[in-house]
Amino acid sequence: MKPAGLLRGAWLVLKKDWQIEWRTKARLTATVFFSLSTLLLFSFAMGPGIDVLREHAPGYLWLGILFASVLSLGESFRVEAENQSMTGLLLAPVDARSIFLGKVAGNALLLFSLALVLLPVTVALYDVNLSRNPGALALALALGCVGIAAPGTVYSAMSSNARARDVMLPLLLFPVLVPMLLAAVSATKFALTQDAQEQLPSWLKLLTAFDLIYLSVGFLVFPRVVEDD
Amino acid sequence: MPFWSPLALFAVVVALLVIHLAVPSTRAWMWKVSLGVGLVALTALVYLGLFWAPPEAFMSDVGRILYVHVPYVWMCMVAFTINVGCAIAYLVKKSWRTDALAEATAEVGVLFGAGGVLMGSIWARPTWGVWWDWDPRLISTTVMLLSYVGYLAFRSFTEDPERRATWSAAASILGYVSLPIVWFSVRWWNSLHQVQSTTQSLDSQMRIVMWWGTVTFLFFLFAFIVKRYEIARARQDTALEAPPEPAGREVTA
Amino acid sequence: MSDIPAIELKDVSKRFGPRWGVSRLSYTLAPGRSLLLTGHNGSGKTTLLRMISTATFPTLGQIRLFGKETREHRAELRPQVALLSHANFLYEDLTASQNLTLAARLMGLPDAPQTVAGVLERVGLAARAHNPVRQFSAGMRKRVAIARLLLKAPRLALLDEPFGELDPAGIAQMEGLIRELQERGSTVVLATHLIEQGESLTQERLHLEQGRRQAQEAPA
Repeated sequence: MKPAGLLRGAWLVLKKDWQIEWRTKARLTATVFFSLSTLLLFSFAMGPGIDVLREHAPGYLWLGILFASVLSLGESFRVEAENQSMTGLLLAPVDARSIFLGKVAGNALLLFSLALVLLPVTVALYDVNLSRNPGALALALALGCVGIAAPGTVYSAMSSNARARDVMLPLLLFPVLVPMLLAAVSATKFALTQDAQEQLPSWLKLLTAFDLIYLSVGFLVFPRVVEDD
Repeated sequence: MPFWSPLALFAVVVALLVIHLAVPSTRAWMWKVSLGVGLVALTALVYLGLFWAPPEAFMSDVGRILYVHVPYVWMCMVAFTINVGCAIAYLVKKSWRTDALAEATAEVGVLFGAGGVLMGSIWARPTWGVWWDWDPRLISTTVMLLSYVGYLAFRSFTEDPERRATWSAAASILGYVSLPIVWFSVRWWNSLHQVQSTTQSLDSQMRIVMWWGTVTFLFFLFAFIVKRYEIARARQDTALEAPPEPAGREVTA
Repeated sequence: MSDIPAIELKDVSKRFGPRWGVSRLSYTLAPGRSLLLTGHNGSGKTTLLRMISTATFPTLGQIRLFGKETREHRAELRPQVALLSHANFLYEDLTASQNLTLAARLMGLPDAPQTVAGVLERVGLAARAHNPVRQFSAGMRKRVAIARLLLKAPRLALLDEPFGELDPAGIAQMEGLIRELQERGSTVVLATHLIEQGESLTQERLHLEQGRRQAQEAPA
């Protein structure tokens, strides 16, 4: 009998997280309601001027996703800390890098589904037009969610074991996400409105570069973070 | 200034630190000499910067803050670069010295970075008319600073020394990697918007003062890192005693 | 039987912050032999078992399992070693069967669902297989953890307080299980406060006090 390989291991970790999510629905419910109220609060804070809201809608959308991601990432490693399940996984055995890949995929998928739930809400609250370039919009959302999930998974694995873990995760994660946020908001904006100067491709490229950099750094660093040597 | 000047600064500090760590006889005096030379150079910098150098063409006397502001930001970047070097070195081969040096460079880097960003903001107000602007240098330095503030907080919240060393090394690498991405993203973002020109025309006298300032703070950077490193080592030593000998009653199996 | 020891501890020390949990421990256990690990709470038993299991590694010194250094060869050793510990490694929101199927698939067992049903039957949890672990009592959780040990059929079994939380029937079954492992040639390390029970199951004894090896291990 041969233990599961890298990708098979990642798939099993991802599937396990889905099973947990399916049973409890904790993460999706929490993140959806949290980001819904964030979006609503933005529209209250900015007042009723629909033009301002429409113009800034991409920023509100991404801030909603970003704030919710902290809850979702934290929960994703809380389940591993509960009965030291992370140790159990490693000893099962599964390669730590498989855990990284599975967790990133799981977190990115969850955030992407959250984004899809939020899109109709942005239409209702901010009157944006989703039909201009839906392909690019989906791509921007997907790349952005991977961009949050890749560094977020590494930071969350660390902070779930530190004191004051709820404070530590955003403190570590948010500065690193500055360029991702800038690129994701810009890309989303040009997918929703006129893109006179053809800006969209370069922002999507920047997002892709960000994702690839953090996926590879995370892939290399994550085993050192979770293995107790 | 030539493109290689940051590399040269980095090389000088690393060389000094390596000498300090590798040659025990230099440990007692080198940092003191460095601090002394730094203080003398600082006095000279006050004179050079305030009286000798001519007022800047567009900003008049306000521009004189650059002689301190620019060196501060450079020192911060040098310190963070050494920090990420230590982080990589620690992940390759565990060593309490690299961890202590990482702690020292992060803290000293945050000190210089905070000073640099603060002065940049003070400079921006009369120059650009705002306290804050989307200048790639300003944003990258600030993001770097924030991520190292997070790094230091994380260190202080992690109790186990080994985990702290490993995790903070990972946090350092993840934070540092964002530096070039922030830089490019802000540059691209700016290309859409008209932003005040930030080109500075420095004449040769001003260039000399800027370099003088840089070298001055290099001495301080070295001395600060060394002292902070010694504090970190002293704290570790209390935690790193050798394991107790086996008890006398032990049997031979 | 080969001459390579199943477990070889060489001057092993483990530090927790400023404290040494285990210090300067050396011991050799031949394959197929069984070791009883005794000592008070906090004497370093659990830490030692965790180190042997490759869940963590010594700060100083070396551990070799079947001749292979643990830090270096963890990927190769982990499929052969099983740890039954205080922390049961279970996901509270998965059912017993889901927890074990995940473990079986990670181990690469063929026919995971059927094998899992079999071991759940053996530990007497077949009826509750599809209930989430969150609803289980401590003893039932222990049984799920034992079932995972059965799945793995390890070459080296590390049992930390295997009798804790079990009812008398469970304890008897656990004893049977340990004997079964031994008959199959597995090496067993057993940490327990039930010294008489432990001694009847093992040939050697290692007594720890504050992470150090103590003389009273010689059989009385």
